[in-house]
Amino acid sequence: MSDPVLSLHEVRLSLAGRPVLHGVDLDVSSGEFVALLGANGSGKSTLVRAATGLRPVSSGTVELFGTPLPAFRDWSRVGFVPQRVGAASGVPASVREIVTSGRLGRRRLLRPLGASDRRAVADALDVVGLTDRATDSVATLSGGQQQRVLIARALAGEPDLFFLDEPTAGVDLAHQHALADCLGTLKERGATVVLVAHELGPMAPLVDRAVVMRHGEVAYDGPPLDEETLHAHHHPRLHRHDHTPHVGSPLDSLEERR
Amino acid sequence: MIDLLSHPFMLRALLAAAVTGLAAPTIGTYLVQRRLALLGDGLGHVAVFGVAVGLFTGTSPTWVAVLVAILGAVAIEVIRERGHTNGDVALALLFYGGLAAGVLVTGLAGQNASTLQSFLFGSVTTVSYADVMTTLALAVVVVLLCVGLSPQLFAVAQDPEFARVAGVRVRLYHLLIAVLAAVTVTVAMRTVGLLLVSALMVVPVATSQQLTRSFRGTLGLAMGLGLVAAVGGLLLAAFLSLDFDLDVAPGPAIVLLSLTGFALAWPVGAWLRSREVARA
Repeated sequence: MSDPVLSLHEVRLSLAGRPVLHGVDLDVSSGEFVALLGANGSGKSTLVRAATGLRPVSSGTVELFGTPLPAFRDWSRVGFVPQRVGAASGVPASVREIVTSGRLGRRRLLRPLGASDRRAVADALDVVGLTDRATDSVATLSGGQQQRVLIARALAGEPDLFFLDEPTAGVDLAHQHALADCLGTLKERGATVVLVAHELGPMAPLVDRAVVMRHGEVAYDGPPLDEETLHAHHHPRLHRHDHTPHVGSPLDSLEERR
Repeated sequence: MIDLLSHPFMLRALLAAAVTGLAAPTIGTYLVQRRLALLGDGLGHVAVFGVAVGLFTGTSPTWVAVLVAILGAVAIEVIRERGHTNGDVALALLFYGGLAAGVLVTGLAGQNASTLQSFLFGSVTTVSYADVMTTLALAVVVVLLCVGLSPQLFAVAQDPEFARVAGVRVRLYHLLIAVLAAVTVTVAMRTVGLLLVSALMVVPVATSQQLTRSFRGTLGLAMGLGLVAAVGGLLLAAFLSLDFDLDVAPGPAIVLLSLTGFALAWPVGAWLRSREVARA
């Protein structure tokens, strides 16, 4: 097995004095497609924020590409798709402008866009299927399309490791399929993907490994759970994609009220 | 009207108004993008204290105002970044503290309210040659940095978390935006005054974004609108004052002209948006 691309060891993290991660160990190898699952408040998003340096860990170590996080500088190898309701801000911005901002880690100060930058942006727009909307204001796009803009922005930086924080939250089924197609392309290109999700839906076939978080700890780490067997025992499945993987415990409902 | 342009004071005023009209919406675009549209107003209040200290100590009110506004901007950025839940209350304390201290110190300096008024509402027709040079130099710095660093400033204002994971020094750029806003406030002090400065930073941007779909388009159009409003407002005030013997102050004329632009653009923007929705 190759050296891990992402390595967390005994990671503990508190938010406003409340412990959220209680000693998490996780190694992700190059080329793996890992789904980080769990109920609301289980710590899965916080884990991604710890791995990207957005939240400082209380103790333990995070390594990206074998380098401890405080010393890590090679950020162009990391692509981050944050959890967002939309991609719009106070001023109009075109789809292409937002995707182009994904090249920032690879651009020098005060230099115009180069040919390789333009190529990467065009390719990213093509993968998410928004080439024809490139000059439109992002605010006029649907929620699912805006999520794809954020994925294209990460993709434009040509990273080796992707973190996606709940890209399907609030996205309808048709757009979830479009998202799954984008992620399938990333997987084919050999990218390492860490996907935080509440439900996998159409993305389930892409997943190599499922990590289930519960109460700030890793409760399960292994091959993806077969949705069919999970759901068969309690009620028959009428639709293919509208079920959350059964990963919760009775106590999770307490956390959801947080 | 042609006579008017032959006066050296009027040429100085036009130059000061033109560079202010360009610089204020440039930084204002980033403030609106970050939803900090009123930051300019707050910094203007803080700068009043700087002007007063300048009057009290007999040094240049402009440079002391630049210094105090920058210190205020850094303080606001630090308070904001710490993410206190009552951050806006802390900002209000700073703003009103600045205004009250400014008025108090102006009195101690033995100056009356009319001296302060020229800074609060501008007095573009009384600017000296040195004032124009200072305004010009500061405005050039603001415009060059805002345009030259636009990829970084755009990314940081658009999505600070993404920018941070992309390796951008977000804190540094947030500070830069705050400091450039402070500099712009003092640049605009002589034209529209400290109490109206925020208008020239925000209104052209609000007008521009009615009509545009991209950030670059918004920025460019806002700069153009700011320039037209500043120069047009000044000429309009001069024209009304000289030909009709009305006492029209240039600062408010610039701001009201800018607002008129917004009032005209808004229905056009609403129509454009309804068309986009119909198309999508």
